[in-house]
Amino acid sequence: MTLSPRTALLSHWAKQPWLWSFFGALGVYGLVLVFARGHGAWNVLTTALAFSAFTVLVGIGQMFVITLGPGNIDLSLPATIGFASAVAMKVMDGADSRIVLGLAAAVGAGWAIGTLNYLLIRLLRIPPLIATLSSSFVIRSVGISYGRGLQIVPPPGFAYLTTARIGGISLLALLVLAFSAIAALLVKRTVYGRSVLAIGQNMRAARLAGIPVGRVRWLTYTLCGGLGGLCGAFLAGFTGGSSLDVGAEYLLTSIAVVVIGGTSVAGGMANVPGLWGGALMLFMTSTLLNASGLGVGARDLFTGLIIITVITLAGGMRQARQG
Amino acid sequence: MSLSQTGDRLPASGAARGRQRAPRGLAPILLPTFSLLIVLLAINYFNPRAISYFGFNLMLNLAVPVTLATMAQLCVITVNDLDLSIGAYVGFIACVAATLLASRPWVGAAIILGSVALYAALGALVYLRQLPSIVVTVGMSFVWLGLALLILPTPGGQAPGWLHALVSISPPFVPFPILAALVIAGVMHVVLMQTAFGTLLRGAGGNEAAMARAGWSMLRIKITAYALAGLFGSLAGMALVGVTTSADANMANNYTLLAVAGAILGGAEFTGGRISPIGAVIGALTLQLAAVALNFFRLPDLLPGFRIPSEWQVGAQGLILILILAVRAVISRSEP
Amino acid sequence: MDREIVRLESVAKSFGVVQALAGVDLSLISGEAIGLVGHNGAGKSTLMNVLSGTMAPSSGRITVQGAAPANYSVGVAKSLGIRCVFQELSLCPNLTVAENTRITHPKLRGFGWRRRAASLIQAKLDEIFPGHGISPHIPVFELSIGRRQMVEIARAFTVTDAPLHLVILDEPTSSLDQHSSEQLLNFTRRFVASGGSTVMISHILGEILNYSDHIVVMRDGKVVKNGPADAFDRSKLIVAMGGSAEAHTAPAQAGHVTTIDAKLRVESRPKARAGGLELRARAGEIIGLAGLAGQGQSEMLVDLFGAATHATLRHKVDGTAAFVAGDRQTDGVFPLWSIAENITICSLGQLRKGLFISPLRAEALAQSWRQRIGIRTPDLQNNILSLSGGNQQKALFARALGSNAAIILMDDPMRGVDISTKLEVYAIIREEAARGRTFIWYTTEMDELEYCDRVYIFRSGQIVSQLERHELSEARLIHSSFQEVA
Repeated sequence: MTLSPRTALLSHWAKQPWLWSFFGALGVYGLVLVFARGHGAWNVLTTALAFSAFTVLVGIGQMFVITLGPGNIDLSLPATIGFASAVAMKVMDGADSRIVLGLAAAVGAGWAIGTLNYLLIRLLRIPPLIATLSSSFVIRSVGISYGRGLQIVPPPGFAYLTTARIGGISLLALLVLAFSAIAALLVKRTVYGRSVLAIGQNMRAARLAGIPVGRVRWLTYTLCGGLGGLCGAFLAGFTGGSSLDVGAEYLLTSIAVVVIGGTSVAGGMANVPGLWGGALMLFMTSTLLNASGLGVGARDLFTGLIIITVITLAGGMRQARQG
Repeated sequence: MSLSQTGDRLPASGAARGRQRAPRGLAPILLPTFSLLIVLLAINYFNPRAISYFGFNLMLNLAVPVTLATMAQLCVITVNDLDLSIGAYVGFIACVAATLLASRPWVGAAIILGSVALYAALGALVYLRQLPSIVVTVGMSFVWLGLALLILPTPGGQAPGWLHALVSISPPFVPFPILAALVIAGVMHVVLMQTAFGTLLRGAGGNEAAMARAGWSMLRIKITAYALAGLFGSLAGMALVGVTTSADANMANNYTLLAVAGAILGGAEFTGGRISPIGAVIGALTLQLAAVALNFFRLPDLLPGFRIPSEWQVGAQGLILILILAVRAVISRSEP
Repeated sequence: MDREIVRLESVAKSFGVVQALAGVDLSLISGEAIGLVGHNGAGKSTLMNVLSGTMAPSSGRITVQGAAPANYSVGVAKSLGIRCVFQELSLCPNLTVAENTRITHPKLRGFGWRRRAASLIQAKLDEIFPGHGISPHIPVFELSIGRRQMVEIARAFTVTDAPLHLVILDEPTSSLDQHSSEQLLNFTRRFVASGGSTVMISHILGEILNYSDHIVVMRDGKVVKNGPADAFDRSKLIVAMGGSAEAHTAPAQAGHVTTIDAKLRVESRPKARAGGLELRARAGEIIGLAGLAGQGQSEMLVDLFGAATHATLRHKVDGTAAFVAGDRQTDGVFPLWSIAENITICSLGQLRKGLFISPLRAEALAQSWRQRIGIRTPDLQNNILSLSGGNQQKALFARALGSNAAIILMDDPMRGVDISTKLEVYAIIREEAARGRTFIWYTTEMDELEYCDRVYIFRSGQIVSQLERHELSEARLIHSSFQEVA
């Protein structure tokens, strides 16, 4: 109360955990520019935005799941992305007229996988980690037999849409930005968002506060699956065809951006803007390591070290604030 | 007077209940044992010759490293954490064992010891900064994989002869993998469930605050648990390369899943330090046999166009896990 | 002064701006039972934490048996014979009773430690709670909360290598039924007679008055009264704690009138066992659930809460329900949220404007209940954990009462709440009942049952007796609670 407005503002900003992820991204961006001697600054940024769009899209879903509380995590995302990309391409069948249908099918497939995950968790009382892991293998197997011999290219219109740029900025990035805004509203201002946060803090208390815990969890897993499905379809358009392994890297990155972005892994606290900071930072990092010409081993090593460093720093911040 | 009599009799009914519940100590092991038996019966039905000394040696040739990795995971689960890097770590140790340990034994041994120390440091980091173990170990899996690729960029290497000889021992009557599993189960049961030391580890999983209040250092407990995990992970990596004789950085990636699955299948809960080492060993063996059994079922013939057999193997392990957990859910639901 | 065990000199402790202890001087001598009373937030628990070494004081001096240990910690306190039974239990639920004993006794190791630990704790349980019926080899998670408390207490009184001079008991009887409470209190008298000392914190003033030699009253982080027990009586204690004596008279004799034709809201039987009486509650009634602790009262409340959202055959519940948890940490509080967010969580539906929650309406709801129920905080946007226990409980009441629920289910919500908070909440409950709300109230305190229009007594999961307000007496209550075997 005795704080001056300026320090109050400062302490308000210092409490925004997502800020650090943007600082990190900015720092690595600076290093990239140093490496490139200042060339292609705009190009690197727009490319980063374009690629981050996919990461953020799945990151939103993973964030809601992780916010449900300890043990909640969707490990089936890569399988979902791969499967949905195959579904989208098959339904679109190379025809521009079927783009919407294909997108709906991909989201529907993701939604169904989310439902399956939730049913496993609920009916078999399996920890989400085991449930989503087990289901991911089933999905993979289904995906393999479904996508057998699939070499369908995306409809030209869809390929165009997923790679189009407006003023240099990818259309998809703008779309995902809009999605992020909706997700942020969902967290802060809706009954659903509050319910997710409450469940993440104390499931039993949430139930006794009258929150329909089962329905909220189900919705959350289907939300995550649906966004994964959408991401799969977009990736198929972006990369020019579906592939089962297209989602492989999104398991780690979806978890990493959620954590780097300041969402609590213990649940009950979500942060949407941080997803962008985390995604940009990860992309900049791999750009930097590519530019420096190190081998695959060194790149993996550095990526791992950076994740641990970031999480150590972020965890430290959180601790300092609580203390 | 009547009051005090009542008081004595009321709790007495509780004592009776306590006695009834006592045999439940065995319950966590019953289901894994039962599932192991079913898998064995299935194997016996499809291929009776497999149930023999040599059959088990063949079917379980990778059981020792998997079981050791499961034990590593169990140590971390005991203190309420989860290690998603154990597969990458086992792969890394295998690469070290197939290169440096063979060519320059002292350097190799020092690296392995250093890695165990790094694991211990990880425990300290996770505790001191109160970090989520899942994310830290996801990061570490990249570190181990990167290091493995630096040591052994392409698959190859040669395991030290003594390591290969060690895992190829043929004891009389009991196949080596089964003997090893029995020893591992026995040792871990005594260490974690029977000793005063193991009680501390489990207590840390049960109620961290209470342990701190009783004057124990949670830091030391976490370090110990992670160091044990590193130790068992190292043993797993060496056992693995002893069996396969050459290494590959990615060779043990699926051990992360198998280790978690084995521990859970064996009756461990994710939180609260409720574990069963014997159950976990049985769980690891069950998963191993189930994957092998799939070959006997001649699934490839049933599913024409089947392309990646290993995918179906892991998928089948996932299904078995779901199945067992379903049975567990049904059992716990039917209990009053 | 060779009988002195511990001396505290101007011990202070602050958490940020909150001064929990503002200079406490206290001397504890052997062979004395001390009763420590005070409101929530008076600093009792902090004082006990400092004394037992779990918290370091910000300033001041602690002298144990004449010497001032340099780094006073749990280990040092233990080695000097000071133990503490904390209010929230310190047992590891996954370990057996014997294994939990080992946790506090480092000496129990080596070959045969399990057997030694088991016989040690068994003997102490037998000594304190004869007929306890707890096997030392049962995992703690299988024990009821009352039995866990017994284990915790017995464990504190066991001796291996470290001496035992002083045991601090923080609300030890809060989870025990009356019989076990008496066993414990009688044991502490024996312990004190043999030269030990106890410090007992309790909100049950009868226990303090009857079982202490010496009473210490705390208020606002200081010791305000300190004297022999026979110098106090109930009203003097209340005055010393800062409550007004006249405020704590028994509730108004004339209960509010409930018309018999008021709407029937609840009609139900507990589900644990068939048979027994049926619970009925009408609009405007306050219904008490009584009996020994853990006889199915809480389970019934949770069932009724579920029945209010999903129709079941067993329970007829007509109207929406809200739940006031007794166990704040596990059933009530959302620790990451502000006070306002904790209050409004049950009312989000009515705070919506279109798709979104209106921050203005939410703020207004929280503010109005802060005024009405008197939550003491500078800002409702502060974290819920910045409140003292009693004020957290008030926030939980505000959450339930602020919703539009017609039925309020209360699960022994006044556990460990100070008297003035209780009186404020009782008044609000009566007001709200007069407006037509139905309260179903499980309580372990006789005083609270006097606020009820009707009391159902539970035993082994059944309702065995029903007492109207005018029939209620402690004797009848005890009679019904124990009847079966009498």
